[in-house]
Amino acid sequence: MGKRHLGAGLAVGALLAASLAVPAGADDGIRSGYSYMTPETKGMQDDDFQNPGMIWVDDGEKLWNTVDGKAGKACATCHKDAATSMKGVATVYPKYDPKIKKVKNIEWQVNNCRTERMQAKPWKYESGQLLAMTVYIRHQSRGMPMNVSVDGDAIPFFQAGEKFYNQRRGLLDMACKHCHADNAGKNARANLLSQGQTNGFPVYRLKWQKAGSTHRRFRGCNKQVRATPYKAGSDEYMNLELYVAWRGRGLPVETPAVRN
Amino acid sequence: MAKARVKVPKSVKKGEVFEVKTLISHKMETGQRKDKKTGKKIPRMIINKFVCTYNGKEVFTSDWHPAISANPYMAFFVKAGESGNLDFTWTDDKGKATKKSAKVTVTG
Repeated sequence: MGKRHLGAGLAVGALLAASLAVPAGADDGIRSGYSYMTPETKGMQDDDFQNPGMIWVDDGEKLWNTVDGKAGKACATCHKDAATSMKGVATVYPKYDPKIKKVKNIEWQVNNCRTERMQAKPWKYESGQLLAMTVYIRHQSRGMPMNVSVDGDAIPFFQAGEKFYNQRRGLLDMACKHCHADNAGKNARANLLSQGQTNGFPVYRLKWQKAGSTHRRFRGCNKQVRATPYKAGSDEYMNLELYVAWRGRGLPVETPAVRN
Repeated sequence: MAKARVKVPKSVKKGEVFEVKTLISHKMETGQRKDKKTGKKIPRMIINKFVCTYNGKEVFTSDWHPAISANPYMAFFVKAGESGNLDFTWTDDKGKATKKSAKVTVTG
């Protein structure tokens, strides 16, 4: 994975967008975290009733239609039906925003809408509301291939994310790539290492017993290599989220996925 | 706050055995965890009893313990008798009950 693949990756992304029938990521050996799960966990995700992540979808739908803030608006006031207006959104986020000259993710955009347009208080990262809203928005793109833009203005942020991904850190002196690029599919003691794809996020993680965001997962990974984690919503993690989303280009959005 | 969901087939044939699926959102706090900041134990708060009645008659009941995961999913089978209501009750440690009801139509 690297610059070598950048051009080819974009072309593949465009191809996949044109044809949904292509098996996700089959060309490059890109595998969703789903394929590493046990049959029981897969079954949980496949059955919408049994999938506990659907609780957050239901909560998100309620919040979508709830008026909040001084402007007297709900998400639905401007965006109407999420099933149409939010369709495909998950496939292109995180993306570059020329206004802030940074990369933003869905959580950031939700809070920006809340403060700027609804004049409401922003939700805390990892709070029940922000998770529910993110799950709900990403859920609208379920089955669509991930296709983030990493050209133009996004290039420096993509490169920063790539650098982070390949940079050793912590007492164990390990980079993201040591587990998720070099050794994916092998066991680290009892744990089967996945490619660390984000297409199913925010996921319902059985270990957490609740839904959690990509940034929570990043923090967990950083702690496991005994590094000091960055804050959820930090620039470092935004860039990393962009890079990791690009790594999973073409994978179908699975939100809310179930992982162990 | 607990929200419950149940799924039963809309209509079944008399004598048929059908599957009932239930899922309730609940933290299922085990009582073993400690608050990271204060170091004090977080008190146990779980659903300890689940009962399903079919037209008033108990058809399924189970006692739950601290090892049950959060957001418990429970599926079981019931034999169709008469048309009527399936009533579900989840009772937590404080004695608070969450109730849900589902209609089932028996044909033939």
